[in-house]
Formats: sequence, C-alpha cells, structure tokens
Amino acid sequence: MTSMDRDALLQALLDGELPDAQGRFGPFGGRYVPETLMPAINRLTEAVETIFTTQAFQRALQSELTGWVGRPTALTRCDRLGLQWNAEVWLKREDLAHTGAHKINNAIGQALLAKAIGATRVVAETGAGQHGVATAAACARVGLPCTVYMGAVDVARQAPNVDRMHRLGAEVVSVTSGDRTLRAAIDEAIRDWVTDPKSTYYLIGSAIGPHPYPLLVRNLQAVIGQEARVQMLDRAELPDAVFACVGGGSNSIGLFHAFLGDEEVQLFGVEAGGTGSALGQNSATLAAGRPGVLHGANTMLLYDDDGQIQETHSVSAGLDYPGVGPEHALLQMIGRVKYVSASDTESLDALDELCAMEGILPALESAHALAGARRWAQRNPGTRILIGLSGRGDKDMPILAEVASRKENNDAAA
Amino acid sequence: MLPRDRVTQGIQAAKKPALVAFLTAGYPTREGFQAALSAIASAADVIEIGVPFSDPMADGVTIQRSSETAIRNGVTLHWILDELAACKGKISTPLLLMSYLNPLVAYGYPQLARDAAAAGVSGFMVPDLPLEESAPLRDAFANEGLALVQFVTPATPADRLERLCKQSQGFVYAVTRTGITGGQSELPEDLTEYLSRVKAASPIPVCAGFGVRSAEQVRRIGEHADGVIVGSALVEVLEQGNDPAEFLASLRP
Repeated sequence: MTSMDRDALLQALLDGELPDAQGRFGPFGGRYVPETLMPAINRLTEAVETIFTTQAFQRALQSELTGWVGRPTALTRCDRLGLQWNAEVWLKREDLAHTGAHKINNAIGQALLAKAIGATRVVAETGAGQHGVATAAACARVGLPCTVYMGAVDVARQAPNVDRMHRLGAEVVSVTSGDRTLRAAIDEAIRDWVTDPKSTYYLIGSAIGPHPYPLLVRNLQAVIGQEARVQMLDRAELPDAVFACVGGGSNSIGLFHAFLGDEEVQLFGVEAGGTGSALGQNSATLAAGRPGVLHGANTMLLYDDDGQIQETHSVSAGLDYPGVGPEHALLQMIGRVKYVSASDTESLDALDELCAMEGILPALESAHALAGARRWAQRNPGTRILIGLSGRGDKDMPILAEVASRKENNDAAA
Repeated sequence: MLPRDRVTQGIQAAKKPALVAFLTAGYPTREGFQAALSAIASAADVIEIGVPFSDPMADGVTIQRSSETAIRNGVTLHWILDELAACKGKISTPLLLMSYLNPLVAYGYPQLARDAAAAGVSGFMVPDLPLEESAPLRDAFANEGLALVQFVTPATPADRLERLCKQSQGFVYAVTRTGITGGQSELPEDLTEYLSRVKAASPIPVCAGFGVRSAEQVRRIGEHADGVIVGSALVEVLEQGNDPAEFLASLRP
C-alpha cells in the first residue's frame, strides 16, 4: 500500500465516507451474519441512517448524556504523576461517568434506539461486566427488559458487577460454553438474537460486530474525544500523544476520532500483552493477529493455521478478546494509530502508581493505557500526554486481592 | 457433470422427499469418520459434513458439543479433505461441506476450491456468509464448478427470497424457524405457506429442516419441499454409538 493510498483512506474516514455502503472500512468490516439476522441488520442499518440522525433523537440522547450520564466528564491534570514521568499528563475521566465507565455512552444511545425501533427486549454480552452494568442501567432507564450473557470465568472474577446487574433488574446468564469469557458470551448473545431477531435488540458493547455496529458504537463513543479535544484546547494545547486501551476498541475509537485529523497528535492504542507473546498468553490482536472473520466482521483476529479462534489471556476481563473493531484494523493498516501492548505486570504497576500519585483507582483495562503512556514518556521526556481513563477499578477489587495474595505466596515461597 | 449439478440431480433422482444428512467430521471419533460416512451414504441422498469451528454461533448445544470434541480430536479442514480424497470413488452420494467462514479464510479460497473438487466435494454451505459478502468465495468455487448453497428463513422478505433462490446452487436451504440448530422439535404453524413461497421462488430443489427428528416431521416437510435436512438428531445417534443408517431409514415415510 502506497502512502497515497493511505492518505486517501484517512481522508475518506475523515470525510465520513467510511464505512461505505457495504459497511467496510477499507478491506475490514462488512456483515458476516447468518441469513436469519440479515433482516434485523438491514432494519438497524436503516435506523442508524434515519432515526439516529434526527434532531429529536439527538436531543433525547443529549439530554440523557448531560442529565443522567453526567457528561461532560472531567479532564484531570496530573501534576504528581507528571513529575514522576517527566511529562504533562492529562486524564479523560470516563471513570466519572454514570456506572463507572465509558460503556454507558453507548448503552444509553443504543437503548434509546432499541426503544425507537420497537424492540421489546434487549440482549447484551459483557466481559468485565461494565457493559453489562451500563446496559442494565440504560434498559431500566428506558423501560426495556434485558438479558446479559457473561462468561463463567468473568462471572467469577468480576463478582461485584454481577450483583450490580441483578440489582438493576437484568437477568445474568453465566456462559459455560467455549472459552467461558467475552468471546463465548458474544457467541451466546448472538444465539439468543438469532432465535428472535424481530423483537430482540442486540446491544453490543464494543466497536465490533457486523455493520452497522462498529459505526454506531463509534458515533456514540466519539463524545469522549470531542469533549477531550475542546477541554485540552481550553486549558492547554493539543497533546503530543493520546493513549487508550484496546480490547474490542470502543473507548479508544471514541477518544481517537476527534484527533484523527490533527496530524501533529500521535495516537496509541494499548492492547493487553498478558503474560507473554505466544498464542494464548495475550490478547494483542493487532500486534499478533491476521485478517479473518469472527462475530460478523472481517477484522484482525487471533487464530491458528486451521482458522480456529485462539483463547486469549489478560488480567483484565474487558481486554480479553481475540478480535478488534474493524476501524482499528484500518487505522493500523494506514499507520494513523500505532498499536502497542502492555503486560499484566506493567498494568498492575501503573494502577498502583495512579492510586498513589493521584488518588484515582483505574480499571485494569485503563491501567493498560497508563502503562503504555508511561513507557512512551520515558523515551519522550517533556511531552504532553492525554490518556483515556476508560473506567474505574472498583470492580477489580477481587482480582487485585487475588493478585496480591498470589504475590505474597510467591514471596513467602522464595 | 459439474460437482454442483450432482447435488441437484441427487435430490431430483431421490425417492421423495430426499434425505440430506449432517454429521460433524471426526465426531465422536476421528477413526470412525469413514465408517460413519459410508453408513450414512447408504441411507441418505446428500451428505453435509460439518467442519468444526471454535465459535459456532448459529448452532445449538449438540453441534457445539460435537465441534468442540472434534477440534480436540485434531479434526481440521485439511484432515477432512485428506480423508475424503482417501475414500473417493467409494461413496457415490454427493458431499457438501458445512463450514463457518474463518476456516475457509485460513485455508485460502483458490487452494480450497481445487482441493475440495479433487477430494470429490460438490459444494459448501457457510452459515455466516450472507449473499452480500459471498462474491470472492463464489468466484473461487465457480472455477471448479462447486456449489455455494444459500439459506433462506421464514423472516426473509419476498424480494430477498427471490434473489437468494436465484443465486443458490445445488439446492436452497430453507431454515424452518428462526434460531439455532437442534433444540425444539415442533414444526412452525405457517410451515406450509412458507415452504410454498420458497418453492415458488426457487428454480432448483428446496431442502428444509432445523430440529428435525421424527418420521412425522419428515413426512410433513416432505409434502412441501424436495428434501428434508437432518442434523443434530443424527449427530446424537452417532454420539450414542447407534446405527445412523437405521435411524435415517426410520425417518423415511
């Protein structure tokens, strides 16, 4: 691919010409779903083009974002952390949004859309449980029953969020098939959707899946970057670099989008490096994957030579996914965003550091963005860095306790 | 004769309704695959061989279970094609492969088309590949005369139904209800109306099924379709070590 091709694709993206009519971001994206779902997908595509763009819908959404979600979220300057890193560090605080993560921006938008197109129930998948909690809350808010599929492994490691979903009125189904994490939860949510595509709305939690989901989710999350860009310009200047964690990639695409046209701003997606670089030890899809088809889209994936999707590992349930949104696959291909990874250990260290320096407990997912930024700051002293703090870490208390006790045991053994 | 026409002819030449039988390759054991295939071939008019996939999102518990075990048994698309090449000439029943798209992507379309044709495969059905995305695979298959079977469902709008039936090769797969494979076994009430619509739209044979497990269901579907597809129920028969040919014979009206 020539630099001219790359520029043309970036321009098309900036001009809103991508995804194209086939739902493609360059070679990525599309709609790879069973025939049973095609009428539902076509209906949703039409709704995204018509209902979603109306003034009435956007007004209703805006009113929920300010009055119920609590937007705009704060931009926090971190002087103590900055001193430590020899950088000017800013955090976009999605952890302060209602239910504790950026997921709510998407959940409330799609719940309003589900209602507008006459769906009578909502299904969703969740990894860390943040999307499940956000969907449960949004469905309660608009008055729709909801069922959340969650891998059995995640149900165990994110117990506080399971309780919150129940409290908010959602039915939580523990998924014991497949890899029993986010990927299996998506498989199961799709199976539910296939069973009744007419009245069930699938409220997907990341910028993944068949068209129009990657577009819809990005548009709902773009508010993160739009606010952050204005806030940065108000209080300083554009950042030199922007960091966000990437699992499916919804908070990162939302943060990056407003900065895509700012050539001087470097963008970095941080994937989960887990415990190592071998298949199965990480969830670094863009670093280690190749193009393939899963969950409705042609995108970068982790799979073996026979096409079987690989099990992934990350200490963070929200990043533990073998695929990535198709728009990220394009942004990597054209070189506009660089994708790096942070290991479990680096991310846990970054989490501790933010607690100690700034009094903020980040989600394990967001800690990956911090770890990536910290490493970059060491090589680029004196720079201005914006980090997407996608969520708060309260949900991670059981994992953090487990990690701590494992460490104690190891230390005792040594 | 082109491989894809063998499927159409196999259904047309069969005693009505034709029986289309599904098994997951290498399940319950890898060693038993060729024997299972021969037994089924003696009783079915077309055989669908399931290529196991890690994320069978359109399948119910039976085929999820068989796929998981088959993958653990070391079943791959390469292995399946090798096995089929080894028993080529011994089985005259037309063979189709049922696979999710990613194993086909991993194999590479042109090589796949050549190897499948050489192994005696007549075509493919790909549950996560709608018509809109099918051109690259369809083109690769066209070079070898392989069929790409399209699915239609009760929720398919009339204009789309028309298009799918015209583009389908071998036969049209009429899914009899929304949902995943296997599971509930009652036939929908509007079955007659639905299958008549598909038949009217289709220039090639129509085979129907989803959760078929009794002779009565085969009879009822057979009144309105050219063939009946039996999947999960047959996989369970193989799972229990029972005779698949005997089971299939018991389904004939």
